[in-house]
Amino acid sequence: MRDRITALLVLLPSLVAVGIFVYGFIGQNLWVSFTDWGKNPAQALALRPELQFVGLENYRELFTGFVETRFRQSVINLVFFTLFFMAGSLGLGLLLAVALDQGPRGEGFFRTVFLFPMALSFVVTGTIWRWLLQPQGGVNVLPTLLGLPPLAFPWLTTREQVLVFDWNRLPLYTAWVVGLVLLYVAWRAHREGEKRRRFWALLSGGVLLLWALTVGSRVHLLPYPEPHGFSLALVGVILAAVWQMSGYTMALYLAGLRGIPVEVLEAAKVDGASPWQTYRHVILPLLAPITLSAMIVLGHIALKIFDLIFAMAGLDYAPTDVPAIYMYLLAFRGNQFAKGAAIGILLLLLVAGVVIPYLASQLRKEVRR
Amino acid sequence: MRKWLWAIGMVLGLSALAQTGKLEIFSWWAGDEGPALEALIRLYKQRYPNVEVINATVTGGAGVNAKAVLKTRMLGGDPPDSFQVHAGMELIGTWVVADRMEDLTGLFRQEGWLQAFPKGLIDLISYKGGIWSVPVNIHRSNVMWYIPAKLREWGVNPPRTWAEFLSTCETLKRKGLQAPLALGENWTQQHLWESVALALLGADGWNNLWNGKLKFTDPKAVAVWETFGKVLDCANKDAAGLSWQQAVDRVVQGQAAFNIMGDWAAGYMATTLKLRPGTDFAWAPSPGTSGIFMMLSDSFGLPKGAKNRQNTLNWLRLVGSKEGQDTFNPLKGSIAARLDSDPAKYNAYGQSAMKDWKSNRIVGSLVHGAVAPESFMSQFGTVMEIFLQSKNPQAAANAAQAIANQVGLGR
Repeated sequence: MRDRITALLVLLPSLVAVGIFVYGFIGQNLWVSFTDWGKNPAQALALRPELQFVGLENYRELFTGFVETRFRQSVINLVFFTLFFMAGSLGLGLLLAVALDQGPRGEGFFRTVFLFPMALSFVVTGTIWRWLLQPQGGVNVLPTLLGLPPLAFPWLTTREQVLVFDWNRLPLYTAWVVGLVLLYVAWRAHREGEKRRRFWALLSGGVLLLWALTVGSRVHLLPYPEPHGFSLALVGVILAAVWQMSGYTMALYLAGLRGIPVEVLEAAKVDGASPWQTYRHVILPLLAPITLSAMIVLGHIALKIFDLIFAMAGLDYAPTDVPAIYMYLLAFRGNQFAKGAAIGILLLLLVAGVVIPYLASQLRKEVRR
Repeated sequence: MRKWLWAIGMVLGLSALAQTGKLEIFSWWAGDEGPALEALIRLYKQRYPNVEVINATVTGGAGVNAKAVLKTRMLGGDPPDSFQVHAGMELIGTWVVADRMEDLTGLFRQEGWLQAFPKGLIDLISYKGGIWSVPVNIHRSNVMWYIPAKLREWGVNPPRTWAEFLSTCETLKRKGLQAPLALGENWTQQHLWESVALALLGADGWNNLWNGKLKFTDPKAVAVWETFGKVLDCANKDAAGLSWQQAVDRVVQGQAAFNIMGDWAAGYMATTLKLRPGTDFAWAPSPGTSGIFMMLSDSFGLPKGAKNRQNTLNWLRLVGSKEGQDTFNPLKGSIAARLDSDPAKYNAYGQSAMKDWKSNRIVGSLVHGAVAPESFMSQFGTVMEIFLQSKNPQAAANAAQAIANQVGLGR
């Protein structure tokens, strides 16, 4: 009992501090996002601003308002950035790890070289790559070393977009994708014989697909078509981000590869598995938990990305915009504090969506132990 | 022992004096602009040797970082004694409407500044019967820069209207110059837009845009975007990656014929690149705007609750004085806001700008904070993006009007 009291007393200060400075401020931010702070310039920076409760108005405006087209492009940018950044870092990291796992000469040297970019901050990485991606220098003159004509790709300044779609179709596409994923989950549950999960996945997937087939195609968020797509100016940013973080995934994978018991590999060899089959059926499945951890870390870095883009393309260039940058612009340049707070909450939800399931699964594992 | 006591007494006495006399000046003048501010501070120290001046500079072009720091300080109840701000709506629409500034009309009367500054400028810094900041310098926004030797080589003259500009552009393109107009990142594109708009709308139309009498969706205002689109076709495609200096470099190196930029470009070419104004490089009002001086100005105000009010008032007196302005501006590469400053202290460009400042019609710049509040300006960048992405004049005009309605422009 005394131990418990001591423990509580020791923990209390940090509990209170975290309660106020983390959760209290999140709560305050949430409240601000439901107000009209900034809409009226006379109140925006007043000593005691009079705030009016407007509910979800700020969120509605961000997703369907006439002037917030830049926010919507920034969301699309974030999704593509996250996808390609994670795929690139994981793929390249795995490749490097497998290469190093063969035990080449000078392994320690290469390990340091590949891991080194991670020691830099994103601002430094951004500055370096900004130089490398100059229109008339860096990467673009590489082919001339081989006697070829220089490239002319405007890495960070192009306005070209691919995979362009109409923002109005977004709910429809989302419903299709989520619905199909749920059906897949249901199928897996069916094979594993988990009846309850099968039921719920089937039900919610079915409802979503039904909605997509009937009402979904007629939903319009905006009264006019608004094209958005994967902005090619992001390719340079993704390159730089992958360069920075693939060393980290390499280190994780290398540790994982070294941790695989020799017996397992020998057993595979005895069974007559080719190296490729060994990787496909033995090694990669064993690395799955590492991939998951890496995805969590990379995922939340990607969702919060700000400094890299700040250093590479600046704040004002919409084709490389992400919500974090737009939030800064809205709140600290445009005095639209409520809308900025709303974007902050949306980012928090996104990051929570990545991190909380992971924490929950980790916790469950620990309890099982 | 007595010596020690004496020394301690001295230190205590001095620090007590310093305690009563502090002045914190908040600005974004670092780097090339730092010496001008320091000269002004030296002058202040000569007059008030017992005041400790704290130079609180936050670096970053056009104050992008400084303004964010200032906002957190003001919201946190810790205003600097005086802060740099673009004269006009950038100050008024943000801080004056929020009741955070002191009215300086009394100071203007006392110092006779109502006569010393031109009326167009006084109008821009006035709002609801008050005058809200003391302008220290004037820059001109609507200037076109070129290299006379290059133009002779190409056989073209500096165009005087945008129509002429477009045909000159065609001529130059035929002669193999891919991008006759050098352009830089987002804000310099807005800078170009305001020169086009001023030319097409005229001074009155331009002013009406900001007092709400002319809608952005008016056919005349939509036509601005159409012309702007054609002008952009004359510019380099990698604009977004260039700073304004790099855009000027293109003109200097002969990769482009013209650049529309504020007159800090003159400072860059004269001081950094060591070119002689008037011979090595030359200038003209941007096409279609001769006789109009589109100005922007750095100024200082007095926030309510400033800790050292008297020292700040003395600082503002210095900032607005002839001596203060003629100390500051030749170093900064701008001209004095006062009409009575000494031309002998300025270079050829400065003298020509001073002549125009006295004789031209004065209007305010959008991009540099004179005519629209921050809440509009920062979102105007989005309007520009909408246009650059869609190339649709009507869409851009609609977006601009929507933002104008949202922030209550002209009300």
